[in-house]
Amino acid sequence: MERIPILKMGDYLLVTIQVDMHDRLAMTLQDDLTARIVSARAKGVLIDISALEMVDSFMGRMLGDIAGMSRVLDAETVVVGMRPAVAITLVELGLSLTGVHTALNVERGMQLLRSRIDARGREDAGTA
Amino acid sequence: MPVLLSEQRQIQSAEDVVSVRQAVRQRALELGFSLVDQTKVVTAASELARNTLQYGGGGTVLIEGLDQAGRRGLRLTFEDQGPGIADINLAMKDGYTTGGGLGLGLSGARRLSSEFHIDSRPGEGTRVTIVRWR
Repeated sequence: MERIPILKMGDYLLVTIQVDMHDRLAMTLQDDLTARIVSARAKGVLIDISALEMVDSFMGRMLGDIAGMSRVLDAETVVVGMRPAVAITLVELGLSLTGVHTALNVERGMQLLRSRIDARGREDAGTA
Repeated sequence: MPVLLSEQRQIQSAEDVVSVRQAVRQRALELGFSLVDQTKVVTAASELARNTLQYGGGGTVLIEGLDQAGRRGLRLTFEDQGPGIADINLAMKDGYTTGGGLGLGLSGARRLSSEFHIDSRPGEGTRVTIVRWR
């Protein structure tokens, strides 16, 4: 079966979406990713969408769902590399990706992930 | 209005929705659409193709390139013989859905289009026509 690969790097999971996904493939990725967050005890998920030429409401919802599911599984998600034309179109479509953290590229995305995970660690230490 | 090109495609599977996106992208490119305009019309096409599949039980899309006194445009006509829409005004509302989605398909596709027309009768199917001018 066709699948989007999920790479593990330390505490992080990396996903690079390089194909125009049909809806079932997007749902499979969502299932695979949540299972992998648990099995790999991942602290952060980085999703690179720089190869995507469009994001419609279905994919937008999937990104939001992944961010929400990873949060309840104690992991942070950052979406990186959205093309400007895609961003313009998404907003006009009516989708603002509330709750999804974004960064310009992979490097900044990793920085954002680290700082969010660190902040979370400090909060936990403070309440303990 | 002169029609420059015309192509009909089937929408019967999730893979067909991807093929429709790619065909619309190719036609928009040929008509000289800017990258942002290509992205908008492809995204609108994706929303409407999914509706045709999910709510209409499958159907077709007619892709036409238009030329109106030198102005180029792309017209997409999505047709299905599904259950139809009982209340079009309600279906056009942001956030309204009967399918568990975000309810942005129809309203979002309208915002992304220059012209939008919907024709539906319960029991007879639905036809949605959009035009995006360059």
